[in-house]
Amino acid sequence: MKDYSVKLSGVTKVFEDEFTAVDKVFLSIEQGEFFSLLGPSGCGKTTILRMIAGFEEPTSGVIFLNGRDISKTPPHKREVNTIFQNYALFPHLTVFENIAFSLRLRKKAEREVKNEVGKMVELSRLFGQENKYPHQLSGGQKQRVAIARALVNKPSVLLLDEPLAALDAKLRQHMLVELDNIHDEVGITFIYVTHDQNEAMSISDHLAVMNEGKIVQKGDPIEVYESPRNAFVANFIGETNFFVGEVAKTEGEYLLLRTTAFGDIWCYMDREVAEGTRIEVSLRPEKVKISKSRPRGDHKLRLNILEGTVDETIYLGNHTKYTVQTRESYMKSFKQHARYLLDEEIIEWKDRVYLWWFADDSYLLQETGGARSDEQK
Amino acid sequence: MNRSSLPGIVYSLPGIAWLSFFFLIPYIIIIIYSFLTPGIYGGVTLPFSLESYTRMLTSPGYWELLWQTVWISVMATVICLGLSLPVAYYIATSKRKNLLLTLVVIPFWTNFLVRIFAWMLVLGRTGLVNSFLLWTGLIEQPLQLMYRPATVIVVIVYMYLPYMILPLYSSIEKFDFTLLEAGMDLGANRNEAILKVLIPSIKGGIIAGVILVFIPALGSYAIPDLVGGTEGAMLGNLIAKQLTVARNWPSSSAISMIFLLISTLGLLVYLRMNAIQARVRRFRVREDYMKEQEQ
Repeated sequence: MKDYSVKLSGVTKVFEDEFTAVDKVFLSIEQGEFFSLLGPSGCGKTTILRMIAGFEEPTSGVIFLNGRDISKTPPHKREVNTIFQNYALFPHLTVFENIAFSLRLRKKAEREVKNEVGKMVELSRLFGQENKYPHQLSGGQKQRVAIARALVNKPSVLLLDEPLAALDAKLRQHMLVELDNIHDEVGITFIYVTHDQNEAMSISDHLAVMNEGKIVQKGDPIEVYESPRNAFVANFIGETNFFVGEVAKTEGEYLLLRTTAFGDIWCYMDREVAEGTRIEVSLRPEKVKISKSRPRGDHKLRLNILEGTVDETIYLGNHTKYTVQTRESYMKSFKQHARYLLDEEIIEWKDRVYLWWFADDSYLLQETGGARSDEQK
Repeated sequence: MNRSSLPGIVYSLPGIAWLSFFFLIPYIIIIIYSFLTPGIYGGVTLPFSLESYTRMLTSPGYWELLWQTVWISVMATVICLGLSLPVAYYIATSKRKNLLLTLVVIPFWTNFLVRIFAWMLVLGRTGLVNSFLLWTGLIEQPLQLMYRPATVIVVIVYMYLPYMILPLYSSIEKFDFTLLEAGMDLGANRNEAILKVLIPSIKGGIIAGVILVFIPALGSYAIPDLVGGTEGAMLGNLIAKQLTVARNWPSSSAISMIFLLISTLGLLVYLRMNAIQARVRRFRVREDYMKEQEQ
């Protein structure tokens, strides 16, 4: 049997008001990995975290920690510590006392307490802050104290409940890198709950996308981004274009998708589909090229070409997001600017443009339902 | 002058005037009276003397009564605190806060004296408690429940309970309950979390409640007068007796002064202690850290 740090087996949580927050979730998290639970608010990710921490008891199912059933263990007896969304630092205690809280509860010798707290102060770079009270600290410092306080116990799993939500964008990036460094340093399992796909993508070894109490897809970030299982995942992780239609014909490894909104489109067939089946296809906007001149058609490459008018441009410095009206629908295309002001052609609002991409760049969703090909506006 | 400070002073003038007129000036009168000689038919006359104070401080009866007054007030305050904490916690976490708070305040709608008399009907020789116990056959003779120090404590607790519950409620209501979860997460069981996280966080409410109960309890007059008898008397009764029966105005003024002194001193010591403790704690942590750095 594999060495799982945390394992959820058919865990369900139904609250008193009959709301099913978590619905038969199976999850295996490996020793020492950085695992993210990603989903919109109310999807049940925090409830899963609270069940692992012990603040909620599962209605049914079993939670294992290092192979031991902990479903009924009270929180103070679990080798798990949590970083709360608002940090939950004790306002009446100094930074030192906050970090020392759990050590002192365990009646550790004061010498040892000092030693351990000192190590944590070093790890989370809190020198000189030891005697301050939480209200005297900045957001980033509070975050560091919360990390130090949670890690001083040497838990086998660290739970993080949207720990960066309260910080501004720049600091969030910085703390994310710091969290990653700390994870490398302590080497324990981190379970990270967030609704921010960028955070989850950039930091996780594996992640699980959740919706309405269920896990929709598990995998490493590349897998989930490049081959989303259904429209929800494709839409939640990054932006995307959807094509919904019927398979008109298949030719070797390719199929021709007949859509009402975009006409006929060539797609790479990454799984067997019969002619006449209704399917959904996702195409990431960064794979859609945009140009003012019509590209040379090439049947062998199964190039798809659509003509349209630029409806919206969002210039973001290193790239621009274009929304293009084609026929009666909209498509998104992201263009990187490597040589923007030198020799790249400038595409502006209301320009006639061509959108083109190779059939291999799109991905057939495994589950249908939920995608609308004209929802881009 | 700071422009915004001017209106503040202006608006607070009526309140300050009211306090100086009806609180400060009478108190000054009491201070002066306590150093005068009693008049023959009550009132005061010259010359100034310390006799009221020396007589009071040398009388063993006075010291006994002072001790009993403090003891009764401390007991009543401690019991109030013990009873109020769970109640305040329950109300603060309940979904029907407003209803429960109204219930706490409802006793105030009935006159103070009427409620003390009601206790006489409950605890008297033929009162509810005795009748019930006689009826069940547990006792054959009615118990002496009235006119004891314990009776006074029970009634003081009853009277001042809301003054403890309300400040506790307001501080628990503001308490962030994820802190309790954080405590448990860090290895505290429920009781430890309450003791080490909740109680220190609501210290302000506890202090307010203790002051609001202890100080009025110390100055109780009507309660010991009606349900305390001679055994359960308190300083308030002595002051009244000196004033009305003995017609010794300076003496009753002197007792009042000692009273004021105790309350004020207690308060000052308490506040001071807190500040010193906090400083010592902060300093110790710093010293320890510096020592460690040198090693």
